[in-house]
Amino acid sequence: MTGKVLTITSGKGGVGKTTTTANIAVALAAMGDKVVCIDGDIGLRNLDVVMGLENRIVYDLVDVVEGRARLRQAMIKDKRLPELHLIPAAQTRDKAAVSPSDMIRICNELRPDFDWIMIDSPAGIERGFRNSIAAADQVLIVTNPEVSAVRDADRIIGLIEAEEKGPGHLILNRVKMDMVKRGDMLSTEDVLDILAIPLIGVVPEDEGILVSTNRGTPAAMDDHNRAGQAYRDIARRLRGEEVPFMPLDDNKGFFQKLAARFARSGG
Amino acid sequence: MANFFDRLFGRDTSSSAQAAKERLQFVLIHDRTDISPAVMEQLKDEIIAVISKHVDINRAGVEINLSQTARENRLVANIPLVTAPSGGRKRTRGTR
Repeated sequence: MTGKVLTITSGKGGVGKTTTTANIAVALAAMGDKVVCIDGDIGLRNLDVVMGLENRIVYDLVDVVEGRARLRQAMIKDKRLPELHLIPAAQTRDKAAVSPSDMIRICNELRPDFDWIMIDSPAGIERGFRNSIAAADQVLIVTNPEVSAVRDADRIIGLIEAEEKGPGHLILNRVKMDMVKRGDMLSTEDVLDILAIPLIGVVPEDEGILVSTNRGTPAAMDDHNRAGQAYRDIARRLRGEEVPFMPLDDNKGFFQKLAARFARSGG
Repeated sequence: MANFFDRLFGRDTSSSAQAAKERLQFVLIHDRTDISPAVMEQLKDEIIAVISKHVDINRAGVEINLSQTARENRLVANIPLVTAPSGGRKRTRGTR
């Protein structure tokens, strides 16, 4: 087994990097791939709570780097999905506790035992980001259809290309189809026109994501969640399958849409 | 016609999404190249100075823009020449 290092990054914070990492990891593990996630956000760890594994942390990434624990000791095995693992970040340290060469060394140690080594990058373009892309074989850039997120994604794409890790693949997250139709939200086509990198996923805005995060059960574990379905599709594309992009229309019927339209023009 | 369909489907050209796209395209060209509008103006003045040393140009018609195709950016200069009356009438011609 020669694991592939997949880094999830965005530039801007709050666009859904951690949610995306957790959900793609769950989807890949549910398909039988061996997956280990590394939380790259040292000092502001969150992948543990999003994955629902926060109560099982003993050692973290910095303990491994500084030799207090072996890699296997810091690795938490998810009891729900036997192929899923997490190496949490340290909460009381900062990004400088880890270097890009530490990350390369750790990833090389993990490669023989896993299909996927997924790194959840922190926001920003500084040390934490540099650490997160140092070992990357493939980079996924998460953005939202709004000007600030797209601008930051463009900057990140430039930096990834400069590091010769490019061009990266785009995940457009939190798309509200009714707003796109009204002309009040950038469409997938608009964002692709601007960023000009290959698309690997479009994830609709879905309240179920917050609910699943509340419980620490990533939405991709729920067969009926639409955002979860979008993440499962991304996982299949990462595995090399050709998966058509699902229509993002809301589930409302024709008459409901018509009624909504009249309600708007009347108001 | 496209406009009619755009409006029919609620995506008229004055929509906020369209405004977002245009503003992003403008700001990203400058982000990507690290060339500010002020530097562009200076470039324009200096290009005009250099070219006018050798040929007559229509200074008012000079246009210098950054353009982009996919992830490639280029500087495009459009400099109209004032061609000398070599047995013909004087005319202005654009060159790229």
